[in-house]
Amino acid sequence: MSDSVTQSDERVREMSTLRRWLIRPELGSICGTILVFAFFLAVANDSGMFSGKGVMNWTLVSAQFAIIAVGACLLMIAGEFDLSVGSMIGFSGVVIALMSVTWGFPMWIAILTAFAVALVVGWLNGYLVIKTGLPSFIVTLAFLYILRGLTIFLSISATNKTIIGGVRDHAEGDWLANLFGGKILKGLFTWMGENGWIETFSRGNRAGQPVIEGIPMLVVWAIVLIVFSHVLLTKTRFGNWIFAAGGDAQAARYTGVPVNRVKILMFMFTAFCATVFATCQVMEFGSAAADRGLLKEFEAIISVVIGGALLTGGYGSVVGAALGALIFGVVQQGLFFANVESSLFRVFLGGILLLAVILNTYIRRMITGER
Amino acid sequence: MSTPDSSDTPIVELRNIEKHFGSVIALAGVTVSVHPGECHCLLGDNGAGKSTFIKTMSGVHAPTSGEILVDGKPAVFRNARSAIEAGIATVYQDLAMIPLMSVTRNFWMGREPVRGVWPFRFFDADLAGEITMQEMARMGINLREPGQAVGTLSGGERQTVAIARAVYFGARVLILDEPTSALGVRQTSNVLATIDRVRKSGVGVVFITHNVRHAMAVGDRFTVLNRGKTLGTANRGEVDVNELQDMMAGGQEMASLEGSLGGTV
Repeated sequence: MSDSVTQSDERVREMSTLRRWLIRPELGSICGTILVFAFFLAVANDSGMFSGKGVMNWTLVSAQFAIIAVGACLLMIAGEFDLSVGSMIGFSGVVIALMSVTWGFPMWIAILTAFAVALVVGWLNGYLVIKTGLPSFIVTLAFLYILRGLTIFLSISATNKTIIGGVRDHAEGDWLANLFGGKILKGLFTWMGENGWIETFSRGNRAGQPVIEGIPMLVVWAIVLIVFSHVLLTKTRFGNWIFAAGGDAQAARYTGVPVNRVKILMFMFTAFCATVFATCQVMEFGSAAADRGLLKEFEAIISVVIGGALLTGGYGSVVGAALGALIFGVVQQGLFFANVESSLFRVFLGGILLLAVILNTYIRRMITGER
Repeated sequence: MSTPDSSDTPIVELRNIEKHFGSVIALAGVTVSVHPGECHCLLGDNGAGKSTFIKTMSGVHAPTSGEILVDGKPAVFRNARSAIEAGIATVYQDLAMIPLMSVTRNFWMGREPVRGVWPFRFFDADLAGEITMQEMARMGINLREPGQAVGTLSGGERQTVAIARAVYFGARVLILDEPTSALGVRQTSNVLATIDRVRKSGVGVVFITHNVRHAMAVGDRFTVLNRGKTLGTANRGEVDVNELQDMMAGGQEMASLEGSLGGTV
């Protein structure tokens, strides 16, 4: 008996390196990232896509996707969905603009209020899902409509408009607003520009200044959220509970995992991420609009699925979701650089989603040994 | 494989347990005790009251009447948690395992070891992996690596992980609910070997089964349940397979059936 055990052990060990790589959730998105970059390097290299400005362009778009994908990723691993992410983005943006521009509160109070409201809505989403036992798909679908409707109603009834501008003036010099709208490492970039290491403007009133003046806070937020979530998921006790809650909630409860608390916290985290996105966007555009964030919930979920997470929960990776967001951003902007009709982007999106889901299902079978 | 060593005081003793659900009498006087290092087999056909009895012993149901003694002192289990605190762990048939997660993460689920100071308090993966490998090796399962998914294990191995987990986290009495019922021959023998190991480490085992041969393989004492009653308890060597089989089935028809099947049941 023991002989045969060691024998079969050795046989498995031979292929285990390959297998171990295959069952990593990030595998698909790593391959996808390499393919996408290879493709656009070949097709659009001379279009400026990989110049400093081009890189900043798709980095920003990818970072936007990443911020909401990270929240959606942890929630999906915990076994739930949030379809209200897009509406939450519009809602938070309008709350900030109304509070500051229309009602004259300092910007930092406006931002903190938006976060507080978002966390309450996230909690409510989670609480309803847990208490009613309904699928999160239905509960958050309801909030998709409720929040969007409230957003338009609030903005119309307070200002008679659906777009509220003038945020930038109010944000001037505000400590908290700079955390979302500013740029960091400006000195470093100026210094690199002076030394001729990076592109600078050669003419005009900004001559001599670098084309890219710093790292936008949007990108910083994306990186911070990715690192935080990755560490939380893979290196902490709570991370194990996230996996357990999504893998089999009943089994997790048997062993004493506070499944309800974990799920509600993940709904709140998703709402938090949506509000980070909204705040950065409001600061960047200088305005809030009631229709912002449309379809973002699906883009977040697609990024997460491309990143190797299972729609059924219990399996996935933040790094994968971040790479999914990168693929998303690079392709969306790359098609623009490559002068491809932009409607084809959606065709690509649907295709890659289908491919990712098929691959994930196959990998799941490999792990669990089900046939 | 000898009779229970050591003390005369059982870890847990249930006396004349009755459990009524409305007008249905599920248990009508069941008496069972478990000593340290003993494997007590509870045999019974479907509907004999095995499941109800397990749930009473593990604190899920409160008995309608009867006494529960822990270490010789009367005890009341208000819920499953209080039974667990008294050291009575139950391994149910569905095992509470998550196939997509690694053996280590399953083993420690809900009780993960951490190190460091908050907010830098991290899951101690090295320690967790090491202990898991060590505990599994003690149960006779050599894992490829601690990160191996539970889904890759066979049914018998999963059973063993669940048993090892219960024992590691302080079980003094382990209730196994038909651990061999869905398993093949080889996996069954692995689980029986695990039960033997656990018993030798001083844990009392309540092994619920309807397979007399499995019971004979590891049991020290045998109690047969029929229609909610204990038909009596026999020590190893006092009964043989056929007697137990007859008691479970309630007598004659089984004897005639067995005759026609040529002793294969």
